[in-house]
Amino acid sequence: MGNPATWRDHLAAAAVRNVNRASRVTGRGSGTVVGGRVGMKIAPDLVSSLARGRTVILVSGTNGKTTTTSMVVAGWGGEVTTNETGANMPAGHAAALVESDHEHVALEVDEGWLANTLTSTRPHVVVLLNLSRDQLDRANEVRHLAERWRKALETHNDDALIVVANANDPLVVYAVEVAARTVWCDVPTTWIADALSCPKCTLAISHVGNSWHCTCGFAKPVNVTSVLGDELVIDGVTVPLELSMPGEFNRSNATMALSALHSVGVDLEQAVRRVNAIHSVVGRFSVRRWHGHVLRLLLAKNPSGFAVMLATLPEDGSDVWVAINARVADGHDPSWLYDVPFEMLRGHRVYCFGDRRLDLATRLDYGRVDYIVVDNDDLVPTSKETVSLLANYTAFHDWLTRSEA
Amino acid sequence: MRTICVLYPELLGTYGDGGNGLAVFERARRRGVDVELVTVGLNDEVPDASLYLLGGGEDGPQRLAADLLRTSSFASRVRDGANVLAVCAGLQILGISFCVEGDDEYEGLGLVDVVTSRGERRSVGELATRVDGQLLVGFENHGGRTTLGGGVMALGTVVKGRGNDAKLDGYRTKNIWATYAHGPVLAMNPWFCDEILSAVTDTELEALTSAADLLYQERCRVLS
Repeated sequence: MGNPATWRDHLAAAAVRNVNRASRVTGRGSGTVVGGRVGMKIAPDLVSSLARGRTVILVSGTNGKTTTTSMVVAGWGGEVTTNETGANMPAGHAAALVESDHEHVALEVDEGWLANTLTSTRPHVVVLLNLSRDQLDRANEVRHLAERWRKALETHNDDALIVVANANDPLVVYAVEVAARTVWCDVPTTWIADALSCPKCTLAISHVGNSWHCTCGFAKPVNVTSVLGDELVIDGVTVPLELSMPGEFNRSNATMALSALHSVGVDLEQAVRRVNAIHSVVGRFSVRRWHGHVLRLLLAKNPSGFAVMLATLPEDGSDVWVAINARVADGHDPSWLYDVPFEMLRGHRVYCFGDRRLDLATRLDYGRVDYIVVDNDDLVPTSKETVSLLANYTAFHDWLTRSEA
Repeated sequence: MRTICVLYPELLGTYGDGGNGLAVFERARRRGVDVELVTVGLNDEVPDASLYLLGGGEDGPQRLAADLLRTSSFASRVRDGANVLAVCAGLQILGISFCVEGDDEYEGLGLVDVVTSRGERRSVGELATRVDGQLLVGFENHGGRTTLGGGVMALGTVVKGRGNDAKLDGYRTKNIWATYAHGPVLAMNPWFCDEILSAVTDTELEALTSAADLLYQERCRVLS
């Protein structure tokens, strides 16, 4: 465990371990959040004292947090403390920091908890990936999040913090431009629907080619040091990025993870070799079996996530399965389905699964996409080929549980 | 040919509101009704249209949308009888005034005698409204409390959720339908979509079966 400073921290850390063990043994939970909550009741500054003296890299953003954090962990090499179950709020951070006491720490952070976590962990680096509409019933408005990030970085405006940020996301740039030290990453960012109106003056932002600017002067930063095109260049050095995982967005995630590692002195050549070798992250992109089907599980939680994931599907007219829930962790409001470019699936047949399969079917119907609503799993014809299954958060976990490796 | 015009989706399209244009266009097309769907962006003129669609948006974009509409031909076209479906921020913009960023009052277009102030708390959750004996279902997410002036009719009475003030939802004039329900509301409520389409095209529409029928039944079951 970490190095708690006071008797209260010791007591809290012991409580975290005991409660988590009990939670796992009784099967009532995966045992990461419950213990953390108890520990923080006893010692509210537990995360702070456990993080002291360690090298911390934080990762936040709407999409790619878990994957990028895994890339940081893998790329760093050796032992790294991390919250790999995606428990990305303070209780999850406390649990992760109690459970292992390695000097290197990589934590994924919920977008709404960034300010709090910057204060408690005093990180060396924070990686800010992107901001787009997601779970609007909980987070409300994405511009408010950008505003909160900006305030947090104003508060932590010191040279000790390096911000690794996406220069192609105007909302991220708006938040980060106040930071003292920034590593700007020029990574392809296709989802711009939430940044068509300027976060500073609300006028229209012009997106031209790989650049963007507003008439008010707010524009893409020019001093980018990490550039991802056909090849990846970090600080003038070409890095041999050849990921095992699919998708342009994963190349962007890797660029930002590697830039973060480079800024704390990790050798890039060794780091990229380790990142290239990752095949799946907590089940994402993994191939699973279910009732004679071979399924490739793809997590897509929101419009921008879906847009990039749909672009990875083969254009061969093969069947596609999509599972949609609207539980607490998904957001109760599935209206975002109309912001997903499902028209890309014309020519495929889509099987609709999940609690909100009728919402999905209605969306596909209006989009003139061929669909079948699956009310009874036994009625799905067995397919010999690998089927791509796209699912949002809780639906993804349902399918990970019900399928086999 | 009738034109259906989606206004400023960059500003007023936070909650899948683009689905309203899609639904009304598709339900017309399937019946052989001649319609076109056009989208007006930030730098475009507002064209002549039979139906304008306004969606929900965040504070800054809502203010900009109000300013753009104020200097366009939109208000005079609506006064001349063009139809409007206004959802959430769109509902507020058509009124006398609305609140943005705290309690700053902002001038609306004044097309309808309604005033929106900042509610005590945000209204987030499922919304069901009874409209002439039918249920209108959707999801609401807004910070407004809308008060109707004397003589302004509500769209319906709230069965679940808050709408304008926990009692009434939206408003209805001769050519304007306004509600706090996104969903998107026309995609989830086929009867409502057809009512508007029928008024816009001035024709009786034949019945149409679609995936939305089952979704609508399910949401009614859950919400009533």
